[in-house]
Amino acid sequence: MLTYLTLIFCCQLVGELLVSATGLPVPGPVIGMLLLFAGLLLHGSLPADLGRVADALITNLSLLFVPAGVGVMLHLQLLGSELVPISIALVVSTLITIAISGGMMLWLNRGRATARHNRGEDT
Amino acid sequence: MRDLQQIWVYLSANPLLHLTLTLLAYQAGLILYQRSKLNPLLNPVLIAILLVVGVLLLTDTGYETYFDGAQFVHFLLGPATVALAIPLYRQFDKVRESALAVLASIVVGSLTAAATGVGILWWLGGSETALLSIAPKSVTAAVAMGIAEQLGGLPSLTAVLVITTGIIGAVLGPYLLDLLRIRDWAARGIAIGTASHGIGTARALQVNEVAGAFAGLAMGLNALATAILLPLAWYWLF
Repeated sequence: MLTYLTLIFCCQLVGELLVSATGLPVPGPVIGMLLLFAGLLLHGSLPADLGRVADALITNLSLLFVPAGVGVMLHLQLLGSELVPISIALVVSTLITIAISGGMMLWLNRGRATARHNRGEDT
Repeated sequence: MRDLQQIWVYLSANPLLHLTLTLLAYQAGLILYQRSKLNPLLNPVLIAILLVVGVLLLTDTGYETYFDGAQFVHFLLGPATVALAIPLYRQFDKVRESALAVLASIVVGSLTAAATGVGILWWLGGSETALLSIAPKSVTAAVAMGIAEQLGGLPSLTAVLVITTGIIGAVLGPYLLDLLRIRDWAARGIAIGTASHGIGTARALQVNEVAGAFAGLAMGLNALATAILLPLAWYWLF
């Protein structure tokens, strides 16, 4: 297990190094993800332990956003004075984006549907 | 026994206190979310943030003190992003089948997110700082902060707008997709991942692995597309 955790850290480290060396406008971890993905394609299969380590990290992905989100307390003043316009912009824009990207994907991909969404569950 | 004041001074200077606070608040959010049978309205991130902010305001603790402890959780965002390669690899056959549709939906979604966010806020009279900070709101936090800085916005304000956007998409997205009768897991994943990055992806992964893989891919590609297109579009327009 430790081997694969190290591998994940190495991918991120190489990603960060590539970004700082080339000035790419992309974060290191995203490059690290692409590197690990390319490595898996070359290797041709997913080692079971790597799957377990990744699942452990990803299962609690939403926990990892809490510290940055608490930063809201730094901007209570600005958010207070523009609360209504900012809230409307965020909600409406997010909903339009979901509708357009989801609708477009469905439309471009029509006739080649993957597993259907069942009633009673939601994403 | 030492008096309480001394114990508090010791604890509040120790990273363990705020690390534990973060974990406890998230557990509380998770329990509420599970008790409600996964009702999207009781989003665990939202509950955890509100609880932590409440405790910090009550105990008169600054964000920097809090972050000294919480940074250990924050740090894991990087490795977790790298690990998103694994669901992507597991679902690669499905992704490859619809590669062009995936790319087009994400690029259009990326431009829509920035244009509608800035457009609506401008129309409602938002300040310039807010306009510059809201532009990359659908991109995962680390990249969005970099883009905001490049444009001249406030990175820490962007982080807050990004996380709020993530929560809005995770909370309202499923209802909207049901309303639009978009039931295909791939399309649902692309929609949620493009509009609400990692928080949307986390939510998608809890429900279905196909949706989660497409959401993770959408998050990564949207970060790439926005980081390249937004500064260019901004430069041409203004």
